[in-house]
Amino acid sequence: MKIKLKTKTLVLKIVIHLAALLPIINLYMDAFADQLGADPVKAVIHYTGIGAFNLLLITLCISPLAKLLKQSFLMNVRRLLGLYAFTYAVLHFVSFIAFDLQFDFGLLFSEIVKRPYITIGMLAFILLTLLAVTSIPKLKRKMGSHWQKLHNLIYLIVLLVAIHFYWSVKSEISEPLFYFLISFILLAWRRQKIKRWLNFLQKR
Amino acid sequence: MLIKLPKSYQLNEYDVTDESVYHDRRNVLKKLGFIGASGLLAQSTSAQAGLFDLFKKDPVKAFTVSPLKYQQAPTTSQTLTPEAKVTSYNNFYEFGAQKSQPAQLAQQFKVNPWQLTISGHCNNPLTLDYEDLFSSFELEERIYRLRCVEAWSMVIPWVGFPLAKLLQKAQPNSRAKYVMFETLYDPKQMPGQKNRRLGGGISYPYVEGLRIDEAMNDLTLMSVGLYGKTLPPQNGAPIRLVVPWKYGFKSIKSIVSIKFVEHQPANTWNLLIPSEYGFYANVNPEVAHPRWSQASERRITTGGLLARNRIKTQMFNGYGEEVAAMYKGMDLSQYY
Repeated sequence: MKIKLKTKTLVLKIVIHLAALLPIINLYMDAFADQLGADPVKAVIHYTGIGAFNLLLITLCISPLAKLLKQSFLMNVRRLLGLYAFTYAVLHFVSFIAFDLQFDFGLLFSEIVKRPYITIGMLAFILLTLLAVTSIPKLKRKMGSHWQKLHNLIYLIVLLVAIHFYWSVKSEISEPLFYFLISFILLAWRRQKIKRWLNFLQKR
Repeated sequence: MLIKLPKSYQLNEYDVTDESVYHDRRNVLKKLGFIGASGLLAQSTSAQAGLFDLFKKDPVKAFTVSPLKYQQAPTTSQTLTPEAKVTSYNNFYEFGAQKSQPAQLAQQFKVNPWQLTISGHCNNPLTLDYEDLFSSFELEERIYRLRCVEAWSMVIPWVGFPLAKLLQKAQPNSRAKYVMFETLYDPKQMPGQKNRRLGGGISYPYVEGLRIDEAMNDLTLMSVGLYGKTLPPQNGAPIRLVVPWKYGFKSIKSIVSIKFVEHQPANTWNLLIPSEYGFYANVNPEVAHPRWSQASERRITTGGLLARNRIKTQMFNGYGEEVAAMYKGMDLSQYY
């Protein structure tokens, strides 16, 4: 029985690796070869941005799903999914700097300061980086109960990302609104936990 | 695994095809005839799609464009945006708010018969039928920069005639202070007008306007073609406006009505978000869009991800010599 669980986890992990990596390799190969529509830069930034958001939401689905389906092995892939969300976010941010702004750091800093949607995206990225770094098992053990408190920041990150997406579009808001809805449902699912977390933060 | 990445200067096959078709277009088109030419176009758009091929159903049967007779533009040192990109990356919300949608959803668009009426405060209101669009005035090629308000730009060889020639024919009177333009309203043909989500939440018909002196400026073009052929629907067939010193949304597509009016007319994007889109919409690197800088832009040509295509945006998109005098004494940060 134990071996079977391990195999299940392994198979799921392989599927996740393939599903996350193959589209990205395909995307960048097409983009470098100018085979990704008229503006490959925009295409890459949108794809990795939406991809990061999708992966973040999937990560948030894991613990409710594990409880609902009574499949505790699902929890074993949560960290991997979270790290892939971070990887996509890194690609999103690096592509923005390298291919869109083309290393114009003056423009980067003025955009971060002046444009609220970029400010918020940047904030979400910094917080996500914090979570990715502290996902190293050694650090996690060292942090003890603080680890969970810190990683509850994912609830805030999801909201920041939803706002970042909403503010970035020109007029077609139905897709960002749909993402808001999904985010709210996933957060509402944990409202008790979030309440406790907020109380804890207030007391400190 | 060895992954060979082409360098930015290595063009793709479809670029080469387009350019050669363009430079030798008279001969090639003569040899191929109409059907052959539309076949070429279909080929070049399908070579574009890449990653999203998986999700595509049957390839769309391309709209038929035909070669035009016109005065060629003098050669330019500017790199033209490849035809396949000009005709596949479009903001034409009547056919979907995503840039790739118009090229897919507009191919069945019927442009003949067409009627363009010129009316309002003028002595000689008139109507142009489809054939008149191409035969009333001598056609000439103009290679213009197109700067989108979203901070990307293209260089496009348009074919058309100055709007001034058409307006003079209608003999505007002294009450004609502005010119108002309207796109076709036909939800049966334009899915974006029928479906609010597809149409990006803007109100239809799309309307635009110019001050009469702007409309009479020699740069202001009524375009009926690009790259030597009639316009494909995604680029605003059969007739569209091109105002090269203003952001792209001023260059209204598939026009059915031009009207001389006394007061400043409404324009669609200004109606939707007045704080972000003004009536004048002159290209201006000094005045940022509230959500992004307009100081620079990315020029869409070739080269993929590694193309170093970010360039400084020029005041009036580089057409200041021809148009700056019209705005003397105006605070352009107030009248954006």
